[in-house]
Amino acid sequence: MVRVIGFLVGLVFAGVLLISLISGVATNLSSPPAPLASEEFHKSPKPLHLASDGPFGKFDRRQLQRGFQVYSEVCSACHSLKLVSFGELKQLGYNDAEIKKIASDWKTQVPSINPDTGEASTRKALPSDNFPSPFANETAARAANNNALPPDLSLITKAREGGAPYVYSILTGFQAQPAELLKKFPDAKTPQNLHYNPYFANLNIAMPPPLTTAGQVTYADGTPATVDQMAKDVAAFLVWTAEPNLESRHAVGLSVVIFLLIGTVFGYLAYRQIWQDAKRAVRVTGALEPENQAKSRRAKVKQGVAG
Amino acid sequence: MSFSWAKPYEPKHPVMKWVDERLPLPRLVYGAIGGGYPVPRNLNYFWNFGVLAGIFLTVQIVTGIVLAMHYTASTDGAFNSVNQLIMRDVNAGWLLRYAHMNGASFFFIVTYIHIFRGLYYGSYKAPRELVWMLGLVIYFLMMATAFMGYVLPWGQMSYWGAQVITGFFSAFPIVGEPIRIWLLGGYAPDQAALTRFFSLHYLLPFVIAGVVILHIWALHIPGSSNPTGVDVKDEKDTLPFHPFYTAKDGWFAAAFLLIYCLVTFYAPNYLGHSDNYIPANPLATPAEIVPEWYFWPFYAILRSFTFDFILPAKLWGVLAMFSSILLLFFLPWLDKSPVRSGSYRPVFKRFFWLLVVDVIVLGWAGGGAPTPFRNAIGQISAAYYFLHFLVILPLVSRFEVPLPLPNSISESVLHGEAAEAAPVGAGKTRGGSIATASAH
Repeated sequence: MVRVIGFLVGLVFAGVLLISLISGVATNLSSPPAPLASEEFHKSPKPLHLASDGPFGKFDRRQLQRGFQVYSEVCSACHSLKLVSFGELKQLGYNDAEIKKIASDWKTQVPSINPDTGEASTRKALPSDNFPSPFANETAARAANNNALPPDLSLITKAREGGAPYVYSILTGFQAQPAELLKKFPDAKTPQNLHYNPYFANLNIAMPPPLTTAGQVTYADGTPATVDQMAKDVAAFLVWTAEPNLESRHAVGLSVVIFLLIGTVFGYLAYRQIWQDAKRAVRVTGALEPENQAKSRRAKVKQGVAG
Repeated sequence: MSFSWAKPYEPKHPVMKWVDERLPLPRLVYGAIGGGYPVPRNLNYFWNFGVLAGIFLTVQIVTGIVLAMHYTASTDGAFNSVNQLIMRDVNAGWLLRYAHMNGASFFFIVTYIHIFRGLYYGSYKAPRELVWMLGLVIYFLMMATAFMGYVLPWGQMSYWGAQVITGFFSAFPIVGEPIRIWLLGGYAPDQAALTRFFSLHYLLPFVIAGVVILHIWALHIPGSSNPTGVDVKDEKDTLPFHPFYTAKDGWFAAAFLLIYCLVTFYAPNYLGHSDNYIPANPLATPAEIVPEWYFWPFYAILRSFTFDFILPAKLWGVLAMFSSILLLFFLPWLDKSPVRSGSYRPVFKRFFWLLVVDVIVLGWAGGGAPTPFRNAIGQISAAYYFLHFLVILPLVSRFEVPLPLPNSISESVLHGEAAEAAPVGAGKTRGGSIATASAH
């Protein structure tokens, strides 16, 4: 009974799937899906190699400081960094006095209340504060950016497929729309207030090119600030904001792996030792004697079992 | 518990003797996973995955309990409690979270290997039907737990995954929508849904642990199956669980945990989706909504029904998806071949490997954006999935001529003596006589 019902259920499901398949194929043949500009002209991120890559990767602190400089002088005009606190900058190599100064000099203040009247006000940031957002709320952010919302950057290298190379490619990927694209897709012209960028999913990004000229930022360490350099540095910085524990993760991982390797080797040796006698006990009958093996092989061949 | 030669517990230390007379807990443990549980001596490494699943359940419960100490189940606070508090501020919080995230994936990897081992070696057959069915209950509970756990960080995929999965219920006419609203505690996933998902996500692992105990209890009545599928006959066929299988499980667990740790420490987000690092936004649908990888085959089955044949396509998809798991409960009665092990079933063996490929293809079809090509492949492989279990397997078990079985486990260990020892011609008859041949 179970098998009869099962048989019918199986055939019904397979039948409906067959109908779905045929109707799907028929639809695609009669009206094949139109090619999309965003499929044909989209590019995968450019390769980017950072010091933090790989199982032994460590942050390049000078690069992180440069990246932070780019963030604070350029990106932070629109993008928040809500999950990161000023105090965490210590990991970048700043000392307490520097961090205190960075916090209190930050261009946006922290929402607070007036201690006398209780009215809403703002105060200077402290090292224990997270980075204050450039806009009071989403509506304000959209109002200032042609209804586009600049995403928070704290986790951006984990929140976008492609990670840091994606961020780097977006920052350096602004270009004129290729003539070939317009010829093939006349309707796909980049709308006003959007900017063509082949690394962005739908090719047109609301963010205007943020890094435009060499020397836009004057690096404290004297590194020439080319657009490419600035994009790399800020991508490296955003790897740190998304994964501040990356170095301890790599270090702890190494010791755990070594520990488990040793455990595996000793465990395996113990296993061999324990099983040695058990295996010998089975062999008392002499199955492994060449004569018996040959006999068994002949028997197998005779029965057609030999593989 | 299972065989007459199972060594009884003999406490040596007076304290243990004292305890054993009053509460025979040491006796229970000794008989379950100690020297008192005789196990077939010929188990291969696929038999290690049950113990590994237990290890990963433990990893999940331990890391999960500590994570719950720092997690906030509120729509405003959940994302930050995970991504700021736990990942940055809690001591080793990043380790706990990555271990839990990847622990879920590895729990499923281990469980899938365990299930496919059961499928190949016929572990679902008499007298182990209840072991198999309890295992499926565990699997089902795991899926519910994993789904609800994925909602907790309240990222984009959390939110939209919850939206899609609870949306299954609305496929059922009339009662579906009220049930969906009742389950969610609202019209869309919100605070009520998040809090109850957290509560259930904390509860279900302990229910799983309970069913695991039943699963092992039911297993210990007939004892473990083995790669030949031949019943244990005498003491020569078995070895005590401890020290033989504790040693074998021990080194293999360390080796497997090594792989788990490599992923956890060096590619912790590889198995996840980047969109879940974006806070949930009910107003912005992600470009594509995909579940975690371990649900991809089922997601492919769900999506494969695209034609309203009498019933709406969505209802077909939901029914098929639930059936795809439900039908496994009937497997012991669908596959009537008395030969357990796939190694002695030449036709079954081919279809088994075809099923493995089919499920992997289904996973591929469910894990990506639905292009026409991917849909077509998904539909073909979904159809094969149902045909395999409901049509092919019953037919194969009826018409297949199995290979001769070894007379006993210890003979099969004797490197080829088995075939010689089998009665001539035994392999040529129908399954029934094989079972008799192997039973006597």
